[in-house]
Amino acid sequence: MLKNYLKIAIAVLRRRKFFTFISLFGISFTLTILMVLTAFIDKVIGDNYPDKKRDRLLYINRIEQKGKDDMTSGPLSYYFLSHYTGMMKTPVKVAISSGFSGTNTYVNNKKIAVNYKYTNADYWDVMDYDFTEGKPFNKQQVDNADHVAIISEDMKKQYFGDAGPVVGKYIEADNVNYRVLGVVKNVPLTSYMFFSDIYLPYTVSKADYKGKGYGGGYMGVLMGASKDDVPKMQAEYENLMKRVPVESKNYQHLYSHANTFVRSYVDTGNEDSSGVFIVITAISIFVFIFMLLPTLNLVNINITRIMERSSEIGVRKAFGASSQTLVYQFIVENLILTLLGGIIGTLLSAIALCGINSVNPIANLQLSINFTVLFIALLVCLVFGFLSGVYPAWRMSKLNVVTALKG
Amino acid sequence: MIRLQNIEKVYRTDTIETLALNSISLDVAKGEFLSIMGPSGCGKSTLLNIMGLLDAPSKGDIKIADKTTANLNDKQMAQFRNKTLGFIFQSYHLINDLQVLDNVELPLLYRDTTAKERRALATEALEKVGLANRIKHFPTQLSGGQRQRVAIARAIVGRPDIILADEPTGNLDSAMGTEIMDILINLNRNEGTTIVMVTHDENMAHKTHRLVRLFDGSQVQ
Repeated sequence: MLKNYLKIAIAVLRRRKFFTFISLFGISFTLTILMVLTAFIDKVIGDNYPDKKRDRLLYINRIEQKGKDDMTSGPLSYYFLSHYTGMMKTPVKVAISSGFSGTNTYVNNKKIAVNYKYTNADYWDVMDYDFTEGKPFNKQQVDNADHVAIISEDMKKQYFGDAGPVVGKYIEADNVNYRVLGVVKNVPLTSYMFFSDIYLPYTVSKADYKGKGYGGGYMGVLMGASKDDVPKMQAEYENLMKRVPVESKNYQHLYSHANTFVRSYVDTGNEDSSGVFIVITAISIFVFIFMLLPTLNLVNINITRIMERSSEIGVRKAFGASSQTLVYQFIVENLILTLLGGIIGTLLSAIALCGINSVNPIANLQLSINFTVLFIALLVCLVFGFLSGVYPAWRMSKLNVVTALKG
Repeated sequence: MIRLQNIEKVYRTDTIETLALNSISLDVAKGEFLSIMGPSGCGKSTLLNIMGLLDAPSKGDIKIADKTTANLNDKQMAQFRNKTLGFIFQSYHLINDLQVLDNVELPLLYRDTTAKERRALATEALEKVGLANRIKHFPTQLSGGQRQRVAIARAIVGRPDIILADEPTGNLDSAMGTEIMDILINLNRNEGTTIVMVTHDENMAHKTHRLVRLFDGSQVQ
């Protein structure tokens, strides 16, 4: 039976080449866009460099205080993080780091934009950066406020060119010289919580990190002994935050959460709105709208094709095909078409991703097609094929046999 | 084999009501070869479609192979047609995208048969109509007579009890028409297949066991 449907499907595709081209173009173009989007999301969420121990980490990147007429929300101060997470029993280590900031430096009179970030010593134990040279700074060096730095491979290339090992050499940033202790593999900009060109001890920061205010420019990452500790850490932090007094009488409530990676990544900065919900909704709407147009186009084309095949439908019904069987046949034929479009879309996606990677629009972000992306693409194809086939198939199944045979 | 009692068929539009069949009662015995004749628009094809369960009467009862068909749902009706009835159309209605063998196998797709069984039965049916050497051809590569022979093979491949033929020689010249008629007569004589044939051709009609004439939806002979 399936072989028969395949023969018919191929014959129908070959009969009206222009319609087939339009259909395949719509499907493959839509799939290309969706696969590139999926590859992007997969990279952003799935790539766990440098936080390879993600399954036992929790991320604290915001504190919010709310009053009747007043509200403040933003990253935390170094003091708040070190003081309160220091009271916690469950985490084995706490990484504290600032967001990245930009400055310029000059090499041979050439201006280079540099992003720098401050961290504590435990940051390098919690994270798993791949060192291509050297090693991270330690607690002693942080306590001593040593002017040492870890730089990215990109930074090494930009600043030192094609020089050999650079450990021990000096790099200038923001008019200060730092001795290079290590070089790490690049972090893509999309991993905004950990991205930087230069990593410095927080004790060399020009900003006041000792202030006892709650807000600042830092985030924390709690590391449990195992992933089983994550719920405990989360609950412990929540309970701790309930006991933290608000900073001023203008505020009645204080919120800060230790979240999993995804929740933390898409945090909106507002306690009342869920970032995860917003992101999922936005992606779903985008995918829906993007798929809607080619689906409607394919529905239209399929209805036209069905009417051309009314004689065949009449004959099949006359010789014993039930409406259900015909719907099944038509959906299978449509799935064949969409899978073919899917194969073309996959090839186009591979080409598109190569092009995007070569242009490098987001620093260090290299997209690729992997099994997740392929699986999602296949799923999209099947959903697409089903949706665009089911209504025309239903219409066809309702055709009266005698009317259908008249053509 | 076929019993029609007081069959009426009315076509209604917003403004017009047309009585296509007016109280037709007809019995067709097992193994009988029946012709139905009449002027254009008299209801011959309508009557044949009703016999073939392709259309439902507005009134009346149909019994085919001792089975009352009124209460059958879509799926049951399709299965019943598949097992009991075979159709031959004036315009052949072959599927041009499929080869001859695939066309003939069509009724068997809706039965519980293996691909091997289908192929064997279809080849046997094509041998009966003398086209076993054309299994890989497409309908567009055949003459009108050959196409009708493929259509006959398709109609008989499932060994139905009844064949309904709507002007099977209508699109053929007299020589080809005679060839087709001979095949149908042989089928009826040698296999005992009950055949009901709508035709305009008196010569063909007189070769059958019985002739029924319709005029303006009523039986006149």
